[in-house]
Amino acid sequence: MISSLKILAATLLAALAAPALAALNIFATMPEWGALTEELGGDKVKIYTATNALQDAHHVEAKPSLIARARSADLVIATGAELEIGWLPLVIQQAGNPKIQPGKPGYFEATRYVTLLEKPVRLDRAEGDVHPGGNPHIQTDARNIGKVAGPLAAKLAELDPDNAAFYQARYKAFAEKWNAAVARWEKQAAPLRGTPIIVQHKAFTYLEAWLGLNQVAALEPKPGVEPTTAHLTEVLATLQRTPVKMVIRAAYQSDRASQWIAERAKINAVMLPFTVGGDAEAKDLYSLYDDTIARLLKGAQ
Amino acid sequence: MSRSIGLAAAFALAGLLPCHALAATDADLAEIRAQIKQLKESYEARIQALEERLKEAEAKGASARPAEATAPPVATAPSPAPAAPTSTASSLANAFNPAITAVLQGVYANLSQDPTKYAIAGFVPSGDIAPAKRGFSIAESELGFSANVDDKIYGNLVFSLAPDNSIEVEEAYGMFTSLPYGIVPKFGRFLSSIGYLNDKHQHVWNFFDAPLPYQAFLGGQFKSDGLQVKWIAPTDLYLEFGGEIGDGSSFPGTDRNKNGIGSGAVYAHAGGELGTSSEWRAGLSYLQLRPDGRQYLQTDVFGNTVLQSFSGRSQLTIADFVWKWAPNGNATRTSFTLQGEYFWRRETGDLTFDADGAFGPTSTSGYSSRQSGWYLDGVYKFLPAWRVGARYDRLATGTVDYGANGVFLAQESFNPQRYSVMFDYTPSEFSRFRLQYQQSKLQPDVTDNQWFLQYILTLGAHGAHKF
Repeated sequence: MISSLKILAATLLAALAAPALAALNIFATMPEWGALTEELGGDKVKIYTATNALQDAHHVEAKPSLIARARSADLVIATGAELEIGWLPLVIQQAGNPKIQPGKPGYFEATRYVTLLEKPVRLDRAEGDVHPGGNPHIQTDARNIGKVAGPLAAKLAELDPDNAAFYQARYKAFAEKWNAAVARWEKQAAPLRGTPIIVQHKAFTYLEAWLGLNQVAALEPKPGVEPTTAHLTEVLATLQRTPVKMVIRAAYQSDRASQWIAERAKINAVMLPFTVGGDAEAKDLYSLYDDTIARLLKGAQ
Repeated sequence: MSRSIGLAAAFALAGLLPCHALAATDADLAEIRAQIKQLKESYEARIQALEERLKEAEAKGASARPAEATAPPVATAPSPAPAAPTSTASSLANAFNPAITAVLQGVYANLSQDPTKYAIAGFVPSGDIAPAKRGFSIAESELGFSANVDDKIYGNLVFSLAPDNSIEVEEAYGMFTSLPYGIVPKFGRFLSSIGYLNDKHQHVWNFFDAPLPYQAFLGGQFKSDGLQVKWIAPTDLYLEFGGEIGDGSSFPGTDRNKNGIGSGAVYAHAGGELGTSSEWRAGLSYLQLRPDGRQYLQTDVFGNTVLQSFSGRSQLTIADFVWKWAPNGNATRTSFTLQGEYFWRRETGDLTFDADGAFGPTSTSGYSSRQSGWYLDGVYKFLPAWRVGARYDRLATGTVDYGANGVFLAQESFNPQRYSVMFDYTPSEFSRFRLQYQQSKLQPDVTDNQWFLQYILTLGAHGAHKF
């Protein structure tokens, strides 16, 4: 009994002492923000990524493990635009950590630095699970990662002024490399411009806008509502009038609906990693878009 | 103004259509219509965005605060529906309205036993534990308001609306969210954080009604007016320690008309992930109250229904655990939840037999009891919107020592139990329909076959997904 108490005390002490060693404890809600912070912060940050690419970010629960990690975080990096509305507010509220409360320096929302698309004209749940601020899936456009990188580097420098020069230098190097990569991806994806596609969930709005894909329909009758047979039949009828090249889904979604439609419409079903870790190839931010574009090009053939 | 130009442009375009349409097929027409619709929508969306920006700029100008500070916190309601373009400072007066959530519930109940005579043999809970009335009724509906009060406090108010037109304040508390060292104090009226299910509102339960131990030992759910302090350990393993003090006026306590503290509770919860697919939480809680003149009806050895009154100490210990599994942690399609809780209660004090003297002189003597109960339920989600679940509840009447009153009162040796199965359909995050069947044997030789068909609808602000 006493020895287990000692162990507990030692664990607690070690845990209390640990944050002092690593410079910044980062709580990233999505894998892409974890990966971006790694690019900018290197070994000066300790990153915890709350979700993985195979999870639906809308449907995460305020799990004990998340509250525990938020408790000792110096910075929460969220997508915002209500993507994490179902769990992040509760996690932050329960964590008892004054640093990461919304409005405090330790709370960062990526969507604040990007112009959001698909701001709903009509706010009504009859339209499905719509996000009042606009579509939150901004990471499907690589240029948005570049837009968030600057403010994020500034945020890291603000919270860890001793290493400000380090973050700034890494940001400069990253921005240069990233811009070159974006130019390369755009060149690679040039043949995709104007390609008609259908999507499973309206998760690729920014990708479509970036690469000039033409979304003809969505398999979900309303955002967040599972595809129904009736709606799929309707989509199939649309495809007879307006043929498309492929149906796109994110890695975390079931392939049933897109396989169903792909077989009947004789089109390619393309799974996109959606974020870092979505498939074996998407290991970091660069390979994420390499792989995304490779898969799109293959699907468009 | 600018919107009407957009509309006018769209109509003007539409007006040009017929001359082209002479040679066009239906499909072409449909496509053109779709394009115009798209054009119009994108136009409107852009105007919307401009209006929003204008509004923001006005607001900024008015308060002259930096952008970071005026940005709405993530926890508040979705931004209000687009206002008319004539937005002035006065229309911003309600911009800080709290998030409002209404939960509508209703049930059709088919019960083989009379719910007005609902009782659990050997247990004397009070409070609202009977199943719904027979036939159609609205079950407990809820109206909730929540918002950040200021930069330090979050406030929450929940009314519960009962089928008999009564309104109850279910929760009304303030909570400090920005204190250092992981301390989270809550004050006001709140559902106690003991056990697992106790601080969850009824509409998020996996079954229509509370497990038997909750009914028998807490009269449904335990809440008190008081203070709670919670501490989260700064460890990767979730460790939460909490303490509560309150007035202790709800069952198993009573209103005491005394200064000081009527109830106290302490609890510890631990939790974390097991790989990427599983998450668990387990805890131990202890609740102590001092009921003073807690009255209830009991049948004595002569078959009379006698009023009893208990004063003394009530101690309850709860062990709880929950385990949730979903492939890769993605519960959208498939998930499994297993939860269970064990309750032990010890009550010691004085029991007054025939407290109102209806059957002769009252008689007071020592009383002590040791009783326990548990439940276990499992819920499996086999398709995105469909779940099935099963639950087993059991109470142990245990030992009850009536002291000198033992000549009037017999020891109960029957152990109540209940089997439940449920099947529910959740078309969206905001609605659920449930069918539940249960067979409950709460008294010797009495079997109650119960069917419930229930709906739960959520209006307004997006609710939180509590673990």
